[in-house]
Amino acid sequence: MDLDFSAEDLAFRDEVRTFIAENYPAQLRGKQDEGEELGKEDFLAWHKVLAKKGWVAPAWPVEYGGTGWTQTQRYIWSEETARADCIRLLPFGLSMVGPVIYTFGTPEQKAHFLPRILSGEDWWCQGYSEPGSGSDLASLRTKAERDGDHYVVNGQKTWTTLAQHADWGFFLVRTDPEAKMQEGISFLLIDMKSPGIEVRPIITLGGEHEVNEVFLDNVRVPVANRVFEENKGWTCAKFLLAHERVGIAGVASSKRSIERIKDIAKTEMDGDKALLANPFFKRKVAELEIDLAALEYTELRTLAGMAAGRGPGPESSVLKIKGSEIQQRLTELTLEMAGHYGAPYFRGFGEGDNEHPIGPAWANRAAPTYYNARKTTIYGGSNEIQRNVIAKMVLGL
Amino acid sequence: MDLSTTETQDMLRDTLARFLADTYSFDARQKMLASPEGRDPGIWKALSSELGLTCAPFSEELGGMGGGAIENMIMMEELGKVIAIEPWLQTVVAGGGALTAAGGALAEATIPQIISGDCLIAFAYAEPQGRYNLADIGTTAKQDGAGYVLNGHKAVVYAAPWATHLLVTARTGGGRRDRGGVELFLVEANAKGISRRDYPTVDGFRASEVYFENVAIPGEALLPGGIDLVERVADECTMALCAEATGIARTMLAQTVEYTQQRKQFGQPIGKFQSLQHRMADMLVEAEQIASMSLMGTLRLGEEAVARKTAVSAAKSKVARGLKFVGQSAIQTHGGIGITMELGIGHYFKRSTMIENQFGSADYHLERYEALTLAD
Repeated sequence: MDLDFSAEDLAFRDEVRTFIAENYPAQLRGKQDEGEELGKEDFLAWHKVLAKKGWVAPAWPVEYGGTGWTQTQRYIWSEETARADCIRLLPFGLSMVGPVIYTFGTPEQKAHFLPRILSGEDWWCQGYSEPGSGSDLASLRTKAERDGDHYVVNGQKTWTTLAQHADWGFFLVRTDPEAKMQEGISFLLIDMKSPGIEVRPIITLGGEHEVNEVFLDNVRVPVANRVFEENKGWTCAKFLLAHERVGIAGVASSKRSIERIKDIAKTEMDGDKALLANPFFKRKVAELEIDLAALEYTELRTLAGMAAGRGPGPESSVLKIKGSEIQQRLTELTLEMAGHYGAPYFRGFGEGDNEHPIGPAWANRAAPTYYNARKTTIYGGSNEIQRNVIAKMVLGL
Repeated sequence: MDLSTTETQDMLRDTLARFLADTYSFDARQKMLASPEGRDPGIWKALSSELGLTCAPFSEELGGMGGGAIENMIMMEELGKVIAIEPWLQTVVAGGGALTAAGGALAEATIPQIISGDCLIAFAYAEPQGRYNLADIGTTAKQDGAGYVLNGHKAVVYAAPWATHLLVTARTGGGRRDRGGVELFLVEANAKGISRRDYPTVDGFRASEVYFENVAIPGEALLPGGIDLVERVADECTMALCAEATGIARTMLAQTVEYTQQRKQFGQPIGKFQSLQHRMADMLVEAEQIASMSLMGTLRLGEEAVARKTAVSAAKSKVARGLKFVGQSAIQTHGGIGITMELGIGHYFKRSTMIENQFGSADYHLERYEALTLAD
């Protein structure tokens, strides 16, 4: 066991650094610095740069377009992209439906959808939650009835992230109303431009339009767009959730956040001293850094286990719980740093609006980000659900 | 970067685990504690000369297997699982570590004795007034010709009643708390002028207050390296404790889960209640983080001093807080039976509570971490 990087690893790190420095989209950097909300083109700009380079899906098997990187190279990649403050790629295609398709899909589904996920041609959204089915996901009621070569889908989904931009959605639907809970569910890929789909915005506490309600009214979906067997969609759903939880820890980006907090707290004053010299503030920073190190090494142990052919099993719930708590504490600390300037409501730069924002730029989105981050312990299976998973699947209770 | 273990390391773990499963039942341990010596010397003999495990972390030139901190981590995890009272930390980690770092004739003569089980070391670093400051030392080592004369009082020296040698910190110069002038000596435990007041500790060991009164020792007893060496050895001991904590925390969790599956109230096993399930899930989260920090700190022991200390302090502060949670939760979940001497769980809790503060409390290590990384 060791933590050393080999000469090849160090060369790879230099290659990655140079690539990012030379290719990260400048307009994106500008918007991030100003704390502006990012639109569809912004998200896709970095995705497309990476797609062109062949680096957009390091976790995928090589035969489907993965990079074939070692575990260490992938670690270096996530460290370097976070260090350079690159935006996170949206997970819906790359980390969620992509792995489901290459694991459970038909040859036709793989051939059609995977290249389009890699290129960024298709924007994906996730149709899981329903108004009456949150933590109790298996109680979902959106139904799909067979009509020849098609399913006819009726129902309502909610919390559908960035569905306003989506070309495609992966949906959990009930195909057997008689079966118990998990057993009558199927996994469908639905063209979001299909007649009968309506997307309505939900505005969250930070003022963002991030999530949506999706209404499905007699939406016709070819049977060929079902992944895996009919009524076995829960298998795909569970697989996807376990994969989602590993990435959800967000170690590298949290490390970047804490560096940023420290930088700011060295110059922000608290009386005649830097805020970072305040012993109470300093203690919070120290504890966060240490908790983050514990999360990082828990993730590294999980990844080493995966490399040895184990998991990611239910222990990925540990990563979800601690990762989400740390993300929240980081936003909490940033808001605390903002002091009075946590209050002004920054709407972003509108058309022809060039007025300078109020207070320091880094404080503009401190409160909205804090409000928004309350989602992290709720989504992807709430942290209470994760504890149920640990109790049942790991501890055998 | 590679976090996989070697076949040899897996074999070491299996060998020790099998041996402890046969020899260290709850009843067997209770019997050792109640014996006049407070231990079964045959166990140490088996670990060293019979099973050859003590050679794992030492260099091949001195008869070892060429391992190091990882091997100590593996051994301490297994010893923790049965709350063994064997002096691995004191003899192999502290004594062996100090000698390995210092090198020279004393190391060449003593390490084979550690491997064979003939040399048993206790680490006399603490003093009554010193709390966790390794440089707060009143014990003096006054130069006398080619040798030194020791005077002073060392506090709560674990395993001292069993030891053939004492690893002692003493001051050759400088004032109390000065880093300069602190030195490390390896002294024969029966040297003239050493007296002890022996006692049992709450976590099952035997320890002593050790008094030095004009103890004459040869110049070769000094292990060169000063306070830097003392800190390095203390960091290695701290990580060994974190590894022991990993074994203890996982065992406390396993025993708690098992108990809640058997104990029935309101007509069902109490493990079916969600409030207890969530507490046990949180225990798992903490236990896994203890394991992660134990690994992190151990892997970084070889780095330069600031990086090493930062990593060790991060690990120990996290491990101490995690242990407190796991231990207290284990007792609460067991209910009344948990606070009796009858069941193993309470004995694990007693040991884990002592580990929290040994070689520095959570607060001590948080403060050291802050001083190293977040200085103004």
